[in-house]
Amino acid sequence: MAVRDYLRERFFPHIWCPGCGHGVVLNSLLRTVEELGFTKNQIAVVSGIGCSSRISGYVDFHTLHTLHGRALAFATGLKLQKPDLRVIVPMGDGDALAIGGNHFLHAARRNIDLTAIVMNNRTYGMTGGQYSPLSGVGTAATTAPYGNIDPGFDTVRLAAAAGATFVARTTTYHVQQLVKILGEAIQHQGFSVVEVLSQCPTYFGRKNKAGSAVDMMRQFKDQTTPVGSEAKQGNPALIERGVFVREQRPEYCAAYDEVVRRAQGGR
Amino acid sequence: MAKAKLESHHIEREWCKGCGICVAFCPKQVLELDRHEKAVAKRLDDCICCKLCEMRCPDLAIQVTCRKGSE
Amino acid sequence: MSEQVRFVQGNEACVEAALYAGLGFFAGYPITPSTEIAELLALKLPQRGGKFIQMEDEISSMCAIIGASLAGGKAMTATSGPGFSLMQEALGYAIMTEIPCVIVNVQRGGPSTGLPTHVAQGDVNQTRWGVHGDHSIIVLTASSAQDVFAMTVEAFNLAETYRTPVILLFDEVVAHTRERLLVPEPGVLPLVERLTTSVPENVNYHPYLPREDGRLPMSDFGGIHRYNVTGLFHDMWGFPTEDPKTVHELLRHLVDKIENRTHIIAHYQTYHVEDAEFLIISYGCSARSARQLVEDRRLRGDRIGLLELQTLWPFPAHIVQQLSAGKKAVIVAEMNTGQVTASVKAAADDPDRVFLANRLDGQFITHYDIRNVLRLVQGKGV
Repeated sequence: MAVRDYLRERFFPHIWCPGCGHGVVLNSLLRTVEELGFTKNQIAVVSGIGCSSRISGYVDFHTLHTLHGRALAFATGLKLQKPDLRVIVPMGDGDALAIGGNHFLHAARRNIDLTAIVMNNRTYGMTGGQYSPLSGVGTAATTAPYGNIDPGFDTVRLAAAAGATFVARTTTYHVQQLVKILGEAIQHQGFSVVEVLSQCPTYFGRKNKAGSAVDMMRQFKDQTTPVGSEAKQGNPALIERGVFVREQRPEYCAAYDEVVRRAQGGR
Repeated sequence: MAKAKLESHHIEREWCKGCGICVAFCPKQVLELDRHEKAVAKRLDDCICCKLCEMRCPDLAIQVTCRKGSE
Repeated sequence: MSEQVRFVQGNEACVEAALYAGLGFFAGYPITPSTEIAELLALKLPQRGGKFIQMEDEISSMCAIIGASLAGGKAMTATSGPGFSLMQEALGYAIMTEIPCVIVNVQRGGPSTGLPTHVAQGDVNQTRWGVHGDHSIIVLTASSAQDVFAMTVEAFNLAETYRTPVILLFDEVVAHTRERLLVPEPGVLPLVERLTTSVPENVNYHPYLPREDGRLPMSDFGGIHRYNVTGLFHDMWGFPTEDPKTVHELLRHLVDKIENRTHIIAHYQTYHVEDAEFLIISYGCSARSARQLVEDRRLRGDRIGLLELQTLWPFPAHIVQQLSAGKKAVIVAEMNTGQVTASVKAAADDPDRVFLANRLDGQFITHYDIRNVLRLVQGKGV
């Protein structure tokens, strides 16, 4: 199947702005599903609210467009009830880590088999460019007219500390790596987190004089380095990309099956 | 090593929003934006079938079809 | 085989009934005085292969049961006032997306953290209006363990019938009072199972296209039909729309499917109402004291009756109007500032004859408390 076969084409062109990185994430996600050879009925996409969350409406899978920040909580109920489904949860940075921060931590702690994609454009695009928990100190936003004083999270360290068993980061520039990482994340047995640095030229880019979508993607190229590279030692400001955590721990639904076995008198 | 040969390079004009990502990152400068700010493949003979334009297109508007060349 | 006799708390009766009704999934967060429901289901659900999960808060508990219900399981959560406040957002989502589920709210004293271990009935209006405003909802209550059992089974039946969340509004006294419960044999109480679509695979299925009888057959999410579910206004395929006609029709559908069936959904009990001059209206724990008062006064020859409401929302105004007509006075006994009283006044032909007997101090309302109001109304002095 071609990538387009997984789209609900009647909703195209999509609502995202010209050059929006979220379209690249959608593109890579479908390419990943195609490469893994899943059928449409095997996959559920659960999203919250925001620009990123509109991704669910465009894909011809089982799609659940939920509440701001709550996608992982809905996905947890869905997955536990129907463990055979592959459940992918695309979220924005505010969606995943501000309003949804607690659900993110606990889904990671449980190690439930969901694939969380944090589409990090460092802003709230849908509402017009307010600062998010990933904007970082010194950035400009409509709610930080004098410069942002809120430090940002490091998504990778946060996810790892909370117990996610697969944690990776890449960017919309590095599409081949993105497809590879998404593939590994979806196949991983347990909670997987993929942070994708995604450009918002309309709000974050304009407010922060970061240039066009092309300019912002060039920055992703120039400002990142493969995890563990020597370049990082020379320039600590570089953002590492690649797979940071890859480990096996009992997956939640499988562990619950064990609870059922014990409750029913098994040893 | 057999090189992939381009079979077709399709751009869905209705979907293209003219962001220029495909133009900027094509390693062979195959693409341009036309006067309507839509991407067009101007120099298809130079295409090396890397598909990076298709993969990076945020509008999912590009489809590159290649076949394995036999030389 | 005879019925099984048990000696249980109301919370345990709720658990037994939920299992009787076919509960398959529970998500919850500990909160007094509802916690026993979660504890018992943690024990019993896995014995039947059902799913139990303790979530990180009440917000996620509500979200999780929606996800599980959509995938085909009968799902429930249980909480108390402050936790119920946190559930409002996802409760609205379940209403909008028409996903059946049951929410138990065992009331304690409020507002806020209030009186965690004492009784009150202050959440009546929160169950009705906590979610925005232009929606409808079914809320059932109960005054005894046996009643809790019956209403819990009914809650699951109504949830499946109307594709809606149903709230079971209990209170600390009923939840923690230990009393006799007859657990009916399987099959004695009718159960409504999920109406699933007969549309075969690869044929266009419309998740939000009502049948002629108004019901919407479901297809287990993740099964043979792919569709979209959203809290945005949506068309019959489940995709977002701003089309004014579709928006208007969906909102009307959500409200009318419940409000137009008030007469079917209204459950209530009456005691000695036929010849009553005075009518007490009560529900939940307060109805226990009201019943005591009616029995006491009847022995003394007072013509007094009781209407015990088991459905609080949609408010059974027609029953209240009918039974209050011509009465010398109507006294509403409830443990709040008069939340049901306001609805009774709105329904009664003569609102000036509607009086409130209440307690707001966390102490259980007694038949003396109601009697004092009755005597005042009768001009006898306390």
